[in-house]
Amino acid sequence: MANDKEIIDNIANKEYEFGFVTDIEMDVAPAGLNEETIRYISARKNEPEWLLEWRLKGLQAFGRQKLPAWQNFEMPPIDFQKISYYAAPKSKKKYDSLDQVDPELLATFEKLGIPLNEQKALAGVAVDVVFDSVSVATTYKEKLKELGIIFCSFGEAVREHPELVKKYVGSVVPYSDNIFAALNAAAFSDGSFVYIPKGVRCPMELSTYFRINTENTGQFERTLIIADEGSYVSYLEGCTAPMRDENQLHAAVVELIAMENAEIKYSTVQNWYPGDKDGNGGIYNFVTKRGICKGANSKISWTQVETGSAITWKYPSVILQGDNSTGEFYSVAVTKNKQIADTGTKMHHIGRNTRSRIISKGISAGQGQNSYRGLVQMGSKADNARNFTQCDSLLIGDRCGAHTFPYIESKNNSATVEHEATTSKIGEDQIFYLNQRGIDSEKAVALIINGYAKEVLNQLPMEFAVEAQKLLSITLEGSVG
Amino acid sequence: MLIIKNLHAEVEGKQILKGLNLTVNAGEVHAIMGPNGAGKSSLASVLAGRENYEVTEGEVWFEGKNLLEMAPEDRAREGVFLAFQYPVEIPGVSNINFLKTAIGEIRAYRNLPPLDAKAFLQLSKEKQKLVEFDAKLVNRSLNEGFSGGEKKRNEIFQLAMLEPLLSILDETDSGLDIDALRIVSKGVNKLRSPKNAFLIITHYQRLLEYIVPDFVHVLYDGRIVKSGTKELALELEEKGYDWLKEKEEVGTN
Repeated sequence: MANDKEIIDNIANKEYEFGFVTDIEMDVAPAGLNEETIRYISARKNEPEWLLEWRLKGLQAFGRQKLPAWQNFEMPPIDFQKISYYAAPKSKKKYDSLDQVDPELLATFEKLGIPLNEQKALAGVAVDVVFDSVSVATTYKEKLKELGIIFCSFGEAVREHPELVKKYVGSVVPYSDNIFAALNAAAFSDGSFVYIPKGVRCPMELSTYFRINTENTGQFERTLIIADEGSYVSYLEGCTAPMRDENQLHAAVVELIAMENAEIKYSTVQNWYPGDKDGNGGIYNFVTKRGICKGANSKISWTQVETGSAITWKYPSVILQGDNSTGEFYSVAVTKNKQIADTGTKMHHIGRNTRSRIISKGISAGQGQNSYRGLVQMGSKADNARNFTQCDSLLIGDRCGAHTFPYIESKNNSATVEHEATTSKIGEDQIFYLNQRGIDSEKAVALIINGYAKEVLNQLPMEFAVEAQKLLSITLEGSVG
Repeated sequence: MLIIKNLHAEVEGKQILKGLNLTVNAGEVHAIMGPNGAGKSSLASVLAGRENYEVTEGEVWFEGKNLLEMAPEDRAREGVFLAFQYPVEIPGVSNINFLKTAIGEIRAYRNLPPLDAKAFLQLSKEKQKLVEFDAKLVNRSLNEGFSGGEKKRNEIFQLAMLEPLLSILDETDSGLDIDALRIVSKGVNKLRSPKNAFLIITHYQRLLEYIVPDFVHVLYDGRIVKSGTKELALELEEKGYDWLKEKEEVGTN
């Protein structure tokens, strides 16, 4: 009889393995943010003294900062002391090949539709997988190494290339920049590091999949990309997360540095758990992304497709320091149910003949609230600088909202700033027209949405664009009629 | 193919169709004429299933099926095509991509395998030639920035691509100059076959010089008050609609 019970217990316990929460042993830091936690994280990662000091400065800055109050949504209360600031899969082993990676981890990726084995085989895409914080697999490394390209986890960069990290970390987004940047500086877990040497054109799209897995674990990724003189790199960031009951805070920092004649293209498809119909349990995505066009003729281009998260709050920006440098921002942000997006960009024109282009497409459905907030700043030395901003909003239904907050500051008479904005609704006439050609309403909306967002989707690398298109359709399923 | 019996319909509480009867067989071209506000375009909208039109009485059978019970997209998939009087613009969606989606949906409904890219392209080229549609417009966004004439010609191109059984042309001639009218008519004539039928809604007899109908019906105050052959159109052109109104009023009295 005892045997029977054992068997039943075994089966009952087994069920859990197939649940959506991946059952991997975690090494989790005790909740709370204080010097002890920071020292714990730093020690866990065997970091050098200078980095620990930098983290501690971040912690101090965090203590001095207040939560901003200018955002166009009600800030949910966040108890920073309730969050655990570090989680890493327990095994400290380094993986030489995928075979050594925990099969359950690989299964999770499969579930999310990220078959790593396939990804690996996919020509031209190197994937650096970040699973809760620590990078567990890096592919294509050898090939990139031949070209002198460094593409690794942030932690590895700290160990292998401390001089580069020390020189550039915090140089674009200082630890004191804002409260979330300070939090990230103090408690960042891991992230990605890219260095493209002079004159090298990175032959493949570099791609990282981020994923949040441990309950109550904030994600504080830090990404640093440096494109040396005359180099080029295209970087993709894609995110998914499983269902959760409790809100999760995500406060990443991304820093891009483009030297003379260099170009960085940074693409994001963000699809984190947006919460249930009533907005419970979604992820807060408070990210600081900024790039600097340091050298003349350099270019930084941000493309983002934002469909997930309960609250998305971010402004990928470009500091146009080098003469003739170019900054671009292409964005599609979708909000439905009770989702909130307050996103846009900042273009700081400092150098002469600098150019910037902003194309923002907001889509609101259900009770979603979508705000575009943008700052275009023309400095006193930015002779003949030019900006073009196009800011479109599409409404589905009559309970959603679209808001636009453009800020323009010009200290130079020769600078030109253009701003265009439109708001439209998906018309019943449009849907009926497509119905009459045999297309059902669901597909009709998907067609209309993809047409609307085309200008932005076209900026994404091919495979990513196809995924993003599907994502938009799936996201808005059931939004109409 | 199409049997309309005692059709009553209203829009926003206002009675528009008041007992309309009409039978259309395969291979036939019917013209519906009548003065403004008679319910011509409403008839087209009701047949296509536009949401704000409510059928209060009567029946519509299409190929033996109850058309009124079907969703608009299913009516289209069964073979009902409406060439719109005012085709809408859909920015960013290419004409060709839209047609590919439409054909894919219609074929799936009919349990046909999807057309491969090559076959689709070939079909598109063939039909462009047939209805003299400008190749440049094929890849542009659907109707975006098209002239009135281009939009109407796009409707006929779509008609050619989708090969419906019943095509309803809702004032396709309005806003067309004489050359465009000729091209559109030529296209329609080429698409006529013993298997399909056309319901041509028009205000003027002019279009019927190019597309010669088998039957002409006069729609007045929500009902067909007179039916005849193409000669009726000429008579209407000559006398206008007033004599019918008088007759109708006498009739109802």
